[in-house]
Amino acid sequence: MQSAHLLSRPSAGSQTEKFYYDNKTVKWFAYAVCVWGIVGMLAGLWAAIALYYPQINLGLPATTFGRMRPVHTNAVIFAFVGNGIFMGVYYSLQRLCKARMFSDTLSKLHFWGWQAIILTGAITLWMGKTSGKEYAELEWPLDIAIAVVWIIFGINLFGTLLKRREKHIYVAIWFYIATWVTVAMLHIVNSIELPVTLWKSYSWYAGVQDALVQWWYGHNAVAFFLTTPYLGLMYYFLPKAANRPIYSYRLSIIHFWALIFIYIWAGPHHLLYTALPDWAQSLGVVFSVMLIAPSWGGMLNGLFTLRGAWDKVKEEPVLKFLVVAITCYGMATFEGPMLSLKNVNAISHFTDWTIAHVHIGALGWNGFLTFGVLYWLVPRLWNTPLYSKKLAGTHFWIGTVGIVLYAVPLYWAGFTQSMMWKSFTESGQLRFQFLETVTHVIPMYITRSIGGALYLSGVFLMVYNLRKTILKGTFVADEAAEAAPLTQAVVTHGKPYWHRVIERRPMQMLVMSLIVVAIGGLIELIPTFLVKSNIPTISSVKPYTPLELHGRDIYVREGCYLCHSQMVRPFRDEVARYGEYSKAGEFVYDHPFQWGSKRTGPDLARVGGKYPDSWHYNHLLDPTSMSPGSIMPSYVWLFDHEIDTVHTYKMIRAMQTLGVPYPDGYAQQANGDLVAQEQRIRASLKADKIGTGPNKEIVALIAYLQRLGKDIRTAPKGQTASAGDGSALMGN
Amino acid sequence: MKFIHYIEKISGVSIYGLVSLVLFASIFLVMLLWSVKADGKMIDEIRRIPLE
Repeated sequence: MQSAHLLSRPSAGSQTEKFYYDNKTVKWFAYAVCVWGIVGMLAGLWAAIALYYPQINLGLPATTFGRMRPVHTNAVIFAFVGNGIFMGVYYSLQRLCKARMFSDTLSKLHFWGWQAIILTGAITLWMGKTSGKEYAELEWPLDIAIAVVWIIFGINLFGTLLKRREKHIYVAIWFYIATWVTVAMLHIVNSIELPVTLWKSYSWYAGVQDALVQWWYGHNAVAFFLTTPYLGLMYYFLPKAANRPIYSYRLSIIHFWALIFIYIWAGPHHLLYTALPDWAQSLGVVFSVMLIAPSWGGMLNGLFTLRGAWDKVKEEPVLKFLVVAITCYGMATFEGPMLSLKNVNAISHFTDWTIAHVHIGALGWNGFLTFGVLYWLVPRLWNTPLYSKKLAGTHFWIGTVGIVLYAVPLYWAGFTQSMMWKSFTESGQLRFQFLETVTHVIPMYITRSIGGALYLSGVFLMVYNLRKTILKGTFVADEAAEAAPLTQAVVTHGKPYWHRVIERRPMQMLVMSLIVVAIGGLIELIPTFLVKSNIPTISSVKPYTPLELHGRDIYVREGCYLCHSQMVRPFRDEVARYGEYSKAGEFVYDHPFQWGSKRTGPDLARVGGKYPDSWHYNHLLDPTSMSPGSIMPSYVWLFDHEIDTVHTYKMIRAMQTLGVPYPDGYAQQANGDLVAQEQRIRASLKADKIGTGPNKEIVALIAYLQRLGKDIRTAPKGQTASAGDGSALMGN
Repeated sequence: MKFIHYIEKISGVSIYGLVSLVLFASIFLVMLLWSVKADGKMIDEIRRIPLE
């Protein structure tokens, strides 16, 4: 086979072209990183404090944990890291392609469109407009806006690639392409929902399927939003900062293909021991363990790039940040596969261990890499040295100590929670009430928030340092560059070279990446949609009543799922504490599923009928009155706000569209049933000397909570497996 | 419209798995072979792109 590849350098006699890199868009994204970083981390700190001082909500719905937490996660993921991705991509892509971005107008639309989504997203989340799916909480109008802006970004990205003057597509760009195509796929598939009103929709999927799609998305949001684009940035900015090429380019190619393929399969490790079919769980575990190989390949490639340059690391804050970022990447990607082993997951899941793990990645990998890139980029954009290297060094140490202070107490808390949950007395009784396991870890929560505050104070230092740098420099809006246009000259290297089919062609790369990532998704998702036996039905499980549906919407709005799971795993302690373990067939009408991923409070899957209505009433009014020492906030507004029964019709119709078997014409009579059920609950409250007005949200929420886990108790034998001896210990 | 189970009668779902694994394995092997065999000079040229 004739080996050849097209020249990428100016051939003899070829004319170079003069052009300008667009630094303005990079500047705007850099500003956005700083602003949203502070907003997102402040929201995080607020949420962290709310866990031991719930009164921090000031009695307002918007500032309770259940609403601040999604604001925090969305802000740090999509606003801080998102803008960080775009800042890095818009800078590096132009240089790697030796071309200005495809369209300045698209760049502007991309920037302002993304900021508008973030701002609207934050406001709507504070208002409680949420789809109730973790990391995908934004409601349907914003989902559409995200898709539009993402396409604008894609056109700009591929347009630039098509007009590039550098024939080879450097590996960083491969990561950008995979990011773009996979995020598009994940976002679209997971956001399929049925709008009910302007700011309310129901997930198209239900129960187990919704959970699988959500965690296929959730895990890969980590993979393709927090990891692959940042790996692309690492492959560009680390060589730049160290002034030496990446250690092994061959390794980077293997890293890329192995990583994007394997990552996409690992989602089910978020659902181990749940009602998800076993085969899907096993698949998730196997691929999660395999993931360690490409992840560490990438990490070592990064660290080895600094071989012989460690003296520079001592001097240069940028490199310090990058080294710790890459090390944290290595730690998190070692821990991830370990956590996905079923025996480890049995301990870690639903505890603060997960939060600690996530923050090693978020604070260390994403945060520090972003800071490193900012410290490197700003002096170049403003053509002046950094205002103070010493201050940057201080930021580095404050940040590092912040990460340690944040993570260590949470690892401790997580392990403690699990051990306490699973602890039995010699006579076979649960040793601890759930509340005892909460109050026990409060000192760890306090220390964690101090760690977070330290980390955030480092960010303020950075912003000050960058501001001073900007003030003494002159911004280079259009940076002049020169390069020869691509020629068709062919040069041979004497060895077979048949990879050119895709290596230099962005569109082919896009298609290949899509095939590779779609494979995992299809295999995971299709069988649960096709094979009925994967979700055995339980005849006694019935659709929610109209009042319960309203209550469920309130449950979702207040973010209850962020602290309470609805998933009893088949463990002795869980069955003893909560009741019979959860079955896939119980969730067939749950649009969206509400399994949760963290138990700051106890599981609620079997809470229905466990307490009288008045207990819930008092508990939601003042949690400490029923559970002294509780860290749950008071939900006083539920006692004033009224449900909007005008929407009942639309809600039932939407559920019918989604396949929930309400009888034909039921939507018209739904409000009649709603009133009847409401009156029953109000009467029961009245019997306990509690008077409530009509249509109050609290009554709807009580109706929903009292329904949870009830249907299965009347299930015919054979449709649910026996819960084993443990169930008798607790009963309901 | 009921989204779930609507093409449940399709038999041999396992073929998805097989085809996919074969596809992945092929792509991965091709890439592995290429990265091992690729010309050193060219690789070196590419890895220096960020430094230009």
